[in-house]
Amino acid sequence: MSTPLKFYQVGSFAVGNRLLGDEQLSVQSRSDRTNSLTSGHRACQGCGEALGARYVMDAAMAATDGKVIAVNATGCLEVFSTPYPETSWRLPWMHSLFGNAAPVATGVAFALKAQGRSDIRVVAQGGDGGTVDIGFGPLSGMFERNDDVLYVCYDNEAYMNTGVQRSGATPPAARTNTTHAVGENPGASFTQGKNLPKIAMAHGIPYVATASVSDLHDLEEKVTKAMSMHGARYLHVLVPCPLGWGTKSEETIKLARLATESGLFPIYEAENGVITETKKIRKQVPVDEYLQIQKRFAHLFGPKGNPEIVKAIQAIADRNIAEYELLGERQ
Amino acid sequence: MLQQIEGSKAVAETIAACMPDVVCAYPISPQTHIVEALDELTRLGKIGNCQFVNVESEFSAMSVAIGASATGARTYTATASQGLLFMVEPVYNASGLGLPIVMTVANRAIGSPINIWNDQSDSMSQRDSGWIQLYAQDNQSAADLHILAFRLAEELSLPVMVCMDGFILTHAMEEIDVAEKELVTKYLPKFTPRQVLDPVDPVSIGAMVGPEAFTEVKYLGHFKQLKALEIIPELSSEFEEVFGRPAAGPDNYKGLVTKYHLEDAEVVLVALGSVLGTIKDAVDNHRKNGVKVGAMGITSFRPFPLDEVRKSLKHAQKIVVVERAFAPGIGGIVSSNIRTALSGIDIKINTVVAGLGGRPITLKSISELVDRALYGTLPDFSFMDLDVELVERELERNLLTRRSGPMAENLLKDLGTR
Amino acid sequence: MFQIRIHGRGGQGVVTAAELLSVAAFQDKQHAQAFPSFGSERTGAPVVSFCRISVDPIRLREPVLEPDAILIQDPTLLHSIDVFAGAKSDGYMLINTTKSFADLGIEEFVANRPKERNLIVPASDIAMKHVGRPMPNAALLGGFAAATQKVTLESVVAAIEERFPAKIAAGNVAAAIEAYEFVMEELKEVSHVATN
Repeated sequence: MSTPLKFYQVGSFAVGNRLLGDEQLSVQSRSDRTNSLTSGHRACQGCGEALGARYVMDAAMAATDGKVIAVNATGCLEVFSTPYPETSWRLPWMHSLFGNAAPVATGVAFALKAQGRSDIRVVAQGGDGGTVDIGFGPLSGMFERNDDVLYVCYDNEAYMNTGVQRSGATPPAARTNTTHAVGENPGASFTQGKNLPKIAMAHGIPYVATASVSDLHDLEEKVTKAMSMHGARYLHVLVPCPLGWGTKSEETIKLARLATESGLFPIYEAENGVITETKKIRKQVPVDEYLQIQKRFAHLFGPKGNPEIVKAIQAIADRNIAEYELLGERQ
Repeated sequence: MLQQIEGSKAVAETIAACMPDVVCAYPISPQTHIVEALDELTRLGKIGNCQFVNVESEFSAMSVAIGASATGARTYTATASQGLLFMVEPVYNASGLGLPIVMTVANRAIGSPINIWNDQSDSMSQRDSGWIQLYAQDNQSAADLHILAFRLAEELSLPVMVCMDGFILTHAMEEIDVAEKELVTKYLPKFTPRQVLDPVDPVSIGAMVGPEAFTEVKYLGHFKQLKALEIIPELSSEFEEVFGRPAAGPDNYKGLVTKYHLEDAEVVLVALGSVLGTIKDAVDNHRKNGVKVGAMGITSFRPFPLDEVRKSLKHAQKIVVVERAFAPGIGGIVSSNIRTALSGIDIKINTVVAGLGGRPITLKSISELVDRALYGTLPDFSFMDLDVELVERELERNLLTRRSGPMAENLLKDLGTR
Repeated sequence: MFQIRIHGRGGQGVVTAAELLSVAAFQDKQHAQAFPSFGSERTGAPVVSFCRISVDPIRLREPVLEPDAILIQDPTLLHSIDVFAGAKSDGYMLINTTKSFADLGIEEFVANRPKERNLIVPASDIAMKHVGRPMPNAALLGGFAAATQKVTLESVVAAIEERFPAKIAAGNVAAAIEAYEFVMEELKEVSHVATN
């Protein structure tokens, strides 16, 4: 007996749902979506960042009647979207430097304020390197001043644009080209890490959220919500990188889901420094399931593997699950 | 209105009269009084709907300026010294993007050793950043040049630095005719940007440019600088028509150079900035004694007015360039530009580095310089009022002891026990 | 050109004094230039400020090396820094003190100078009386106007009034006037002694 044909997947996290009613359609499913980051860009197959940015920008455009100015940090997104003389951006877009997306966006916001253009909104975006490392100070300044900017970090956990080097967001034990999987402590070190959503919350800004490309409806909703608010807002999106992570292009969504379902990447929202909503784990998975399919963690598995390190990573997941109360009834 | 006012305050009020949309700043001595005054003027509603943004670093100050300017806002910031160095990356970015930002550099030394006093190492380090650089000889021109700077920047879509000697000008209170807003409005039209982030007509700004067009983009930056050499004289004469005084101070010629008794001068002193005042006094003193001395000031250091400099200096017999910065390992910075202007003409050029880190350039030292130039006893490259003994003691210490300790602190100790 | 150097300590309004003097000179239709010694001094540290007054526009940008007048706002500086550096033999000197030159230990310095140019002004006391704080600057400026006649008292008063809010200005104006009168008396006594 053959599997019954399904035209749509209600309640799933799948992309599309184009056959749903208008009111239930995601921004990306609508025929009038803006395609802010349109086709023809040079991202790798299965690029989580390209997917995330497209959803973020279209949702922001939908929320503002198409009046968004985007500012971009140097990085993969900037490079693959604007190979001179082409550009994939169908909105006013500016790139200045690696570490200054936040203050450039601040400048745009203040210029608009001076001009009385309150209808136009500003979205800044950067990768994890541009956000948690080189652009960190300026971003903190933007938070502290509560500038009217939504800053989106597409976190693929390393400097992918320059060829996969460790960033302040690289997870423990991960192999990068500056944290080789050799020697006594292979891969990135077990430091406390730099938890930028938490740091953003500590600034008491109006809105902080984490999201993942495995749940695009949730991502769109968060962007929509963020755009309904004013002041400094921060969105941290996990975007797997097939090249840097050593994963199959078709497994980007799966990896993003495993990161959240294992508890390694908690999904939540916070307003004015207080968590208001946490996405419960649907079906908890051990971290092995997530790590095993990534070449950057290959040294942890197999005959020469290191179960102790895997255990330590599991402990991180368990700590997240406890801290953010990730288990329990889903709403 | 003519008033007895601090240089910084006059600059701030002039900026206010230019009606910027966004002013961003991070405090650094000796720029502080300018931005403090602008904050107050903004809050008092004296600058329309201007937004004053307190940022957390100079890197962000210039970045905010970039974002604001690209959104069509008339944008201003001010910095100095370490602050200018801290924003170097966006400084180059602003000129590369062709954004007409105006920035005051309240000239101050660069450490180490840390030093808050005046010299021009900071702006000199940015001479190749693609920004136009105008140097003020006094506070009247410091204030006025900002008006011209906005006009020039917006005309060319290129950023302009107005350099004024820190403390010596910024903190000096003297009579300054602060431009009336009505006149400024007459001179400085509304900003019409060449490029602007606008949802109605979306553009991408700041794309990666490969070998196929990078040279051309850079060439156009150079071309605009050369174009400025034509435009500055036009804007200067228009300034004089509107305001009744030259934008670049007394004895200035076309906004490019200052010429003081050059007509028959055998010895010409060349300088940038406020030291020109002292030099002019020295020239007068020597002239009284029948010595044919003249002075030339360079207002527009970038673009460098090669033709004007050549015309002004070609009849001199000896040229002494007084520089408030230098290039370690070779010598003069301004001097080498002067040499380029005079290529093919055989005139003796001496470089004297003076006034580093706030050391006063005295009338006496300048006068001695003229004498030594006349008698031919001035070395090709020298440091004015160098404490040779202090230097020699440290060199000796270096010879005698491997672990001779931190240099600057050694010198201070020697000074203290002298 | 008349050149003034003012010595005091951070917090005593040394820079303000030079600036007020320049404003007074400007009011008197003269050219003037005031500037500080450009330090990063904190409260209590020795501070120097300068002022030039001239009938011609001033272009010179060096510190005042040979002052025509030296104003000393804090006599405790006398033996810690060389406040008399470059002093002209016939230059003016005004010290904020209630002590005698002998008590201050500068008898030798004043000995060979014209008496009417060595002047004592109890500026802190006068300030305490009118301003409620020992801010000697305004009083010394009143004294300076009296001693040198390089600026008018009216202009000193106008400069103070322009600079400060009415209440603070009033106290400082009163201090400047009292010091002006004090020095005029002092000068009378000096000339009286001289003629007798």
